[in-house]
Amino acid sequence: MQRSVSIYGLTFSLPLLVWQLLFFVFPLFFLIAISFWTVKNFTMQAGFDTVNWQTMYGRAVFWQAYGTTFVLAAVSAVLTSVVAFPASYAIAFKMSDTARRWAVFLMVIPFFTSYLVRVYSWQVFLSDNGIINVMLGWFGLGPYGLLNTVGAIFVGYLTLCLPLVILLQLFSLVFIDRTLVEAAHNMRCGRLRTVFEVVIPSARVGLVIAALFCFILSFGDFVSPIYLGGSKASTLSILITDTTKSGQQWPRAAVIALTMIGTLMVVAFLAVRFAYKGRTK
Amino acid sequence: MSNQATKSLSLTRRTLLATGAAALATPMLSRRAFAAPTELTMLAWFGHAEPDVVAEFEAANNVKFVPKYYSGGDNMMGLISQSPPGTFDVILSDAEYVQGLNAAGYVEELDPNDYHLDEYFPEFQKFPGNWEGDKLFSIITRFGFLGVAYNTDALTPKDVDSYNVYWDEKLKGKVGHYDWHLPNLGQLSLLMGNEKPYDIDEAAWSALKEKTMTLRPNVGGFFDYGGTFSSLKNGQMLAMAGIGDWITGVLQKSGAKVASHIPQEGGLQWSECFCVGKGSTKADLAKKWIQYITSPEGQVKSAEMAAYPALIPNEKGWDLLNKVDPAEAKRQGMTKEPGNAMDMIRAGKIKFREWPVQQDLGTWNDFWLEYKAA
Repeated sequence: MQRSVSIYGLTFSLPLLVWQLLFFVFPLFFLIAISFWTVKNFTMQAGFDTVNWQTMYGRAVFWQAYGTTFVLAAVSAVLTSVVAFPASYAIAFKMSDTARRWAVFLMVIPFFTSYLVRVYSWQVFLSDNGIINVMLGWFGLGPYGLLNTVGAIFVGYLTLCLPLVILLQLFSLVFIDRTLVEAAHNMRCGRLRTVFEVVIPSARVGLVIAALFCFILSFGDFVSPIYLGGSKASTLSILITDTTKSGQQWPRAAVIALTMIGTLMVVAFLAVRFAYKGRTK
Repeated sequence: MSNQATKSLSLTRRTLLATGAAALATPMLSRRAFAAPTELTMLAWFGHAEPDVVAEFEAANNVKFVPKYYSGGDNMMGLISQSPPGTFDVILSDAEYVQGLNAAGYVEELDPNDYHLDEYFPEFQKFPGNWEGDKLFSIITRFGFLGVAYNTDALTPKDVDSYNVYWDEKLKGKVGHYDWHLPNLGQLSLLMGNEKPYDIDEAAWSALKEKTMTLRPNVGGFFDYGGTFSSLKNGQMLAMAGIGDWITGVLQKSGAKVASHIPQEGGLQWSECFCVGKGSTKADLAKKWIQYITSPEGQVKSAEMAAYPALIPNEKGWDLLNKVDPAEAKRQGMTKEPGNAMDMIRAGKIKFREWPVQQDLGTWNDFWLEYKAA
């Protein structure tokens, strides 16, 4: 049976379509076009030349940055999900409605301040003369090199992603059918086993989507690798700035950006497929 | 009672309308008395159009600068090339990019007779890049030296008297790079004994790359402008390659224990030049600005610029600076005492920072990316 297109339906769907066309599809096509342009005397020349793709894909630096970025983002997604889960579980299952509302409010508060400012403030804690090392010094420990390390980058990623991941996990956990949990307990399933056998499978979609968001945000993040990692771990976002900074090579930067978009699309597709695997309509 | 209230309200309304009309008309009246300032667009590094530098000129000439700040010469070239002629009235350019501006026809020719170049030290009267044959296209207004920037609590001037200090075991993870290949590789090229650090053949380039790679384990990070400031100030980095007093001078003013030193292998010179943008409709005013900033009074402003201090090429500017701010003149080495900034140049200890001569700029940049990723 063919579904008719109503004005009512269009009213709600058109803005989304227009938004997607204006801010995603058109810029994407423009980005693809730019990747075939060339740069002469710091000016972009329109044309069709595959030299930028050949140059970037032929360089070890690019693939090294790609690998670093992918691994950092994947570890960030797993780490953040693991750190977030106990918090979101406690909020969903152990707190009263009022306490839960406050907890959600507290998760939203970090978004009131700039991520850049929050990352900069971490430098005060992590530097050699910073708060953490001073406190460790009271016990005769340190100082330890905490800033400009991979560990510091993950601190930045957690700052960026943790509140969002907790919220996404929470929205999934609160909708779990409580009778399933009670049934598991009635069948003498232990608390921990119930979490792994009932709660996590029931909330799988939300948990995977939360991890996916964390991966996407970490994969494209520029601030933490620069200001907490000291640019020592060269990521794709740093490579983009380095490429544009010298010689105004925007076409080469477009190649990197398109590769990032392509990677994120594949990862998102696989993640969503995994999340809904085995589900029936 | 009601009528009285209405009358009172009506009067109030009238008064209000009259007052409002008068208030609205005030700017129009004052406009007659004071003409609106002429806007002059300036493309420059941050700080050049800030009040501490331009306020006096703006007040004297009824001008308002509209700055467009860039971060790096490539960024500047990109902005000019993507803007229609006449977009920028005044352009500040690093010396190594001035030739590129001339070649691309982005700047107007200047008349040397309009400026007191005779007040400049002889070394700067025919500054390379400013001239194309007998034609003048830009004028150097300030410069500075790049050496070893260091934490004075951790290191002494004796410790940093060679670029070899970057390899010191006790500085492992404490050596930072200002994230730009040109000054860093230039310094290491000096360490390799290259008389002309940017004019090196393939063998010297390979040796330079090899030597640079050996430094990587000691490097604690690569920093942009803000990151360089914070990592030196909080003591995270104890030595920084690729910078000089333009950063440590600012930090010193805020009490940070840092300094810059030109080691025995020599230092590099960065230079900034002013030019008039091609197609500027306010070229006369732009000329007036360059006359001001190259005059002794303007040069003092430039030397003391809050964003980053610099040396100045005008000898009379040195005299005036010694009169009005002897402490800053002494701090920057702009006194007539032996060993001053000009003596260092004359002794051949300072080389210009420039584009690589025998390699492509992209080749140096590509290596820098490899070095960062190593």
